[in-house]
Amino acid sequence: MSVEGQSASGPQESSPQVAHATVPTPRRAVVVGGNRIPFARSGGAYTKSSNQDMLTAALDGLIARFGLQDERIGEVAAGAVLKHSRDFNLTREAVLGSALSAETPAYDVQQACATGLETVLGLANKIKLRQIDSAIAGGVDSASDAPIAVSEGLRQVLLDLNRAKTLPQRLQVISRLRPRDLAPDAPNTGEPRTGLSMGEHQALTTAQWGITRDAQDQLAFASHRNLAAAYDAGFFDDLLTPYRGLTRDSNLRADTTLEKLATLKPVFGRNLGAEATMTAGNSTPLTDGASTVLLAAEEWADAHDLPKLAAVVDGEAAAVDFVHGKDGLLMAPAFAVPRLLARNGLSLADFDFYEIHEAFAGTVLSTLAAWEDEEFGRTRLGLDGAFGSIDRAKLNVNGSSLAAGHPFAATGGRIVASLAKMLHAKGAVEGRPARGLISICAAGGQGVVAILEAL
Amino acid sequence: MTDNYTQFANRGLGKKVTKKLGLPQPAILRRYQPGQALITGPILVQGSTAGADALAASLLSWDLDVRRHAVPREKLGAIVLVLDELDRPEDLEGPVLAAASSLRDLSPSARVITLSRPAANSADPSQAAARQGVDGFLRSLAQELRSGATGNGILLADGVTATSPSALAAVRFFLSGRSAYVDGQFLTVTSPDGTLPADIGQPLAGKVAVVTGAARGIGAAIARTLHRDGATLVLVDIPAAGDHLAAVANEVHGTALQLDISREDAGQRIIDHAVQRHGHLDIVVHNAGITRDKLLANMDHARWSSVINVNIAAQLRINEALLASEHFRTSPRIVSVASTSGIAGNRGQTNYAASKGGVMGMVRASAPLLAENGGTINAVAPGFIETDMTARIPVALREAGRRLNSLRQGGQPTDVAEAIAFLASDAAGGINGVVLRVCGQNVVGA
Repeated sequence: MSVEGQSASGPQESSPQVAHATVPTPRRAVVVGGNRIPFARSGGAYTKSSNQDMLTAALDGLIARFGLQDERIGEVAAGAVLKHSRDFNLTREAVLGSALSAETPAYDVQQACATGLETVLGLANKIKLRQIDSAIAGGVDSASDAPIAVSEGLRQVLLDLNRAKTLPQRLQVISRLRPRDLAPDAPNTGEPRTGLSMGEHQALTTAQWGITRDAQDQLAFASHRNLAAAYDAGFFDDLLTPYRGLTRDSNLRADTTLEKLATLKPVFGRNLGAEATMTAGNSTPLTDGASTVLLAAEEWADAHDLPKLAAVVDGEAAAVDFVHGKDGLLMAPAFAVPRLLARNGLSLADFDFYEIHEAFAGTVLSTLAAWEDEEFGRTRLGLDGAFGSIDRAKLNVNGSSLAAGHPFAATGGRIVASLAKMLHAKGAVEGRPARGLISICAAGGQGVVAILEAL
Repeated sequence: MTDNYTQFANRGLGKKVTKKLGLPQPAILRRYQPGQALITGPILVQGSTAGADALAASLLSWDLDVRRHAVPREKLGAIVLVLDELDRPEDLEGPVLAAASSLRDLSPSARVITLSRPAANSADPSQAAARQGVDGFLRSLAQELRSGATGNGILLADGVTATSPSALAAVRFFLSGRSAYVDGQFLTVTSPDGTLPADIGQPLAGKVAVVTGAARGIGAAIARTLHRDGATLVLVDIPAAGDHLAAVANEVHGTALQLDISREDAGQRIIDHAVQRHGHLDIVVHNAGITRDKLLANMDHARWSSVINVNIAAQLRINEALLASEHFRTSPRIVSVASTSGIAGNRGQTNYAASKGGVMGMVRASAPLLAENGGTINAVAPGFIETDMTARIPVALREAGRRLNSLRQGGQPTDVAEAIAFLASDAAGGINGVVLRVCGQNVVGA
C-alpha cells in the first residue's frame, strides 16, 4: 500500500465542495471483499478462543488478502452480542492486535443478530458522506466463551463489601449472602420481556403461518447442499481464512438427507397444541465465529488497486411489537423490506439473489408467506394486495445460517461479503447491474435489510 | 535454528570432546545479514590470464582487499582461482599448487571459487580433459575444507568472460554469506546477459514476485528473503493453509492468495491477482510441493498422481499461462525448487523423485522459451534442510541425513531462499536453464 494512499484518506480532503451549512454530494460506497473464519459449533474448535482472538484473526486474514498491513483505515466497526464487560473496547483492541496501523480508529456496535449488517450500513453511510474513505465492518460471537455473570444478590453483596470500611460492617454484608446467590447467571437467548426463548417465539410464528415440517426440512437440506457445493467449487477460497485447524464451517453436513432431517425430534413449540415442527436440523445451533468486510469509496479502492465487487445501495431497519403478540419476534424484516423497496422504486421480483438469514427455517418461510399473503399486504403493509413472491432458485444459493451456523454478530459480514462476490460474478442482468437483497432478523423484534448492486 | 549437536560441538567442552573422539565438527556458518560485509579478510586471486586480471580489478572496484600473491601467514577470506584458459591438464598445476600453500591461512567460513570453462563446450580432447579436471579437483577440495569454508565453481560458457555481469554476480554470491550451505557445486553462466543492481542491498527492488507454498517452511523463508531484497510479494498456498499464509503475508507486507496450484486456471488466477494488485509480475518461485512416500511395491494411484500433479504438472501448466501472458515479458524469472532426491534418488520416493527430476527437465527445456524475452528459468535443489518436514524423520535417519555432507550439518530454509533470490535477480540474467544444489555437498548425487 502506498504512503500516498494513506495520506489521501481522511475527511479533510474528501469533499472540496463542502461549504458552511451545505451537505456534500453523496458518493458510492463499495464492498471490496471480505474475510471470515470458518464458523464452529459452540463447544467445538473455538472453545478456548475469545471474541477478541477471533475478530483479530478475521481482521488479519482480511489484511493479508488485500495487503492492508500498516494501513490507516478510516474506521473499523464491529461488535459482539454475547460480550464480556472487559471487552468494552473489543473492536479497537482487535485492531491494535492486528496488522493494521495502530492509528486506525474503531468502535463497537451492538444490534443483536443485525450487528454485522448494521456496521456495514453505518460505515457505508460515512463513506457516502465523505467522512471516511475506507472502512472495515465486522462482527464476532462466541457462545462457547460466553460471559457468565454472578447473581444479582451476590453482585449487590460484592459491591457493598467493597464500600464497607470496618470488619463488623464487612461481616454484616457477608451475612446477607444466601446459597441461591452463588448460582451463576449464564446468558441465554430468551427475550427479557416475554421470558420465551427465541425458538419458542419462532414456534409461535411458524404455527401462525402454517409452515410445515417438510417445508422447513427442505429449506435446511437446501442450505447444507448449497453450502457444501460452494465449498467444493472453491467459492470460499477468497472469503475465508482457516482458524484453529478448521477449514470449513463445522456445522456443515454435506451428506445430510431429507430422510435424516425427518428423523429429528422437535425441540421448540412442543406445548402449542399444534404439531411441533422445529428441530435441531431446521434451527441454527449456537455458533462461534467472526467475519469482516472491507468497504471503500471507489477512489480509495482504485488508488489501492483493489477490486470493487458491489455497491451498498441502501438499508432499512424495522421493529415489531412482539411483546403484545401483534407480530412474531423475528418478523421485522417483513416490514423493513417493503419500506426499503418502496424507497428505491423496486419490487420484490427485481432481485437476482435473495439472502434471507436462516435463524430458523421457519423464519424464512414465515417471512415469505407473509409477503405472499394478501391480507397481510393490505392490513399490515398498507398495500393493495400481497407484497410479492420470490423465485426460490435465487434464495441463499450458496447456503446460509442453517448450514454455516450463526455466530450472532458475524452473520451480517458473512452474507454481505458472499453476496458482493456473487453479484460481481453475475455482472449485468438484462442491461442493469445484478441486484441482491439481504434480510436479517434480530432479537428484540428487530430486523435490518439492505440492497447491494453489482459493480 | 542450528541443531543441538552443532551447538554442542561449538562450545568449549563440546569442541574438545568431539575433536578427541573424531566426531563430526560442524561449524556455525556465516549467513548473510543486511549490511554485512561481503567477506572479511583479503581475497587471493590466482591465475595469470586476462580474465584473472580483469576479475581482480573488479573485486578491487568493490573496495575489497585483493591479493595477487599470498602473504605468508596472512589470514585469507577467499581464494579465487581463475582457470578460464586451460588447454592441457598440466595447466592446472601452477594455480592449484599456488593456492595449496594458502589453504591453511583460510579464515572460518572462507571461500574457494574457481572460474573455468564447461568441458562439454570443447571438441579438443586435451582441452576437455583439462576443463573436466577442474570438476573433480574442486569437488575434492571442497571436501577438504573445514570450519564452514566452502568451495564452488563458476563455469563460463562461450562468449562469457570472468567479468560478465552474471559471472561477477556469481562471484559475489559465492563470496557472501548468502551461499553458506552451497558447497562443492558448479554454476554455469550461460550468457553475457544480466545487469548488476543499482542498490546492492535491494537487488529485487521494484519487482513483483509470486511464491507458491509460502505458508511455512522453505516457502515462508523464500518470502522473507525476497521481501528483504526489496520485492513485493504475492503469496500462494492451498486454502487449508490460509491462516499460516496470512501470518507470513502480514509479516512481509504481501498479499495472500489462497489457491490450489493444481487447479486448471491457477496460472491465470496468479497473473490476474499480481497484475490487479501490483501492476505487473516479474518473478515466479515454484516452491509448493508435497511428499507421499511409499515403496514402489506399495504405491497406489492417489499417492503417485497427487505428487506428480502438484510437483510438476501444475508447474508446467502455470508456466504455459505465464509464457502466454503479455504481463510476463520484461526479463521474467522463474525459479523452481527441485530436490537432491530427483538427482540421486531416494528409497521410498519414486514418485517424488520422478516429479523433481521432471522439474529439472522442465527447466532445461524451458530456458530458450524464457530467453526470448530476456528471461531465465532455473532450479534450486535442496539437500537436507531443517524444516517441519525433516523434523518428522526418525532420529537416526535424520542424524545421518544431517551429517552426510561436507559441512556436517543440515541447511536452513533461508539457505535455499538465498539461492532462489540470487537466481531471481537481474544480476543473474546470464544464468539460464541450470540447477543449483543447496546441500552442503551432500555425499549423494553428483
